[in-house]
Amino acid sequence: MSLPPFEQVVEAHGPRVLRVCRAILGYHEAEDAWSETFLAALRAYPELDPNANIEAWLVTIAKRKAIDQYRSAARNPTPAAELPDGADDFPEGYDELWTALRSLPAQQREAVAYHHLAGLPYTEIAEILGNSAAAARRASSDGMKKLRAIYQGASR
Amino acid sequence: MNNVFAALPEVDADASRRLHARLVAAAADNGLLDVAYRTIDSPVGRLLLAATSEGVVRVAFDCEGHDAVLATLSDRVSPRILNAPAKLDTVARELDEYFAGRRSSFDVALDFRLAAGFRRSVLEQLRHIHYGRTASYAEVAAKTGHPKAVRAVGTACALNPLPLVVPCHRVVRSDGAAGNYRGGAQAKLTLLALEAQRL
Repeated sequence: MSLPPFEQVVEAHGPRVLRVCRAILGYHEAEDAWSETFLAALRAYPELDPNANIEAWLVTIAKRKAIDQYRSAARNPTPAAELPDGADDFPEGYDELWTALRSLPAQQREAVAYHHLAGLPYTEIAEILGNSAAAARRASSDGMKKLRAIYQGASR
Repeated sequence: MNNVFAALPEVDADASRRLHARLVAAAADNGLLDVAYRTIDSPVGRLLLAATSEGVVRVAFDCEGHDAVLATLSDRVSPRILNAPAKLDTVARELDEYFAGRRSSFDVALDFRLAAGFRRSVLEQLRHIHYGRTASYAEVAAKTGHPKAVRAVGTACALNPLPLVVPCHRVVRSDGAAGNYRGGAQAKLTLLALEAQRL
């Protein structure tokens, strides 16, 4: 068994990894994290086990890149005036979603994104979060409950 | 309630394009773009062009199955493969000129790593058969110093990783028939007719 050309990995997984990055980091920060993720993935790709779950592998890298980004953002806060052009052109409803997601504890937000956006099984999510499959499932379901409550509350 | 994430589009085509271009640029800057490829349209069908940092490594016809060709490149060269059209602008332009009858030889670096040993020395010989000329399989075999290796010359031509730019279409049968071709017998006739017309 051999590795498919990396272009196919980008095609097959790029959009979902972007959704995950947007859910975890916010709409615009997500593109830097996505770029860092896929560059790091490209570097390591020849050594990847062809039987590995590529989606889980990418999400693991993305999480690491997201943490790096949090840390460097904390060190060098970007003044609002320097936000890139078109910083507001995200789809309708994104503001609400991001506000709702940001109100979740990090573990719940990540568990929700990894399960409901990346489609990863809880065993894989547990490895990424460093907990058990049961804890990952609980974090995801608690997170979804909160999101639904926020949305139902908003639509009333 | 699945529309919680409705604000995150499943596929954001603009972002995907932007991010892909950014990845290609970063990969090239970091020496991680081992194989760049693109496709072009031509009178002999859609062509896949692939290059390493050394030069053009593969030209493939539609009938070979471009996905299969890319999978082979992944195995034999590197899986660090990206669709990066700009990296192949020169060879794409030269092929366009060739098909328009405005170019008789190619001026791009070539990477012969997919052809070793005798096959490689056959390809070296083919580069001396000029535009509009032909040679027989037996003549090419003689030129390599192995006059009995006529069949091996046929195999080397059939497996030429760089058709068109290394002109295996100019090698024909001793009885004057064009013979087989990696891109199909009809493609070979088209190329020979193109080159005959211009002379």
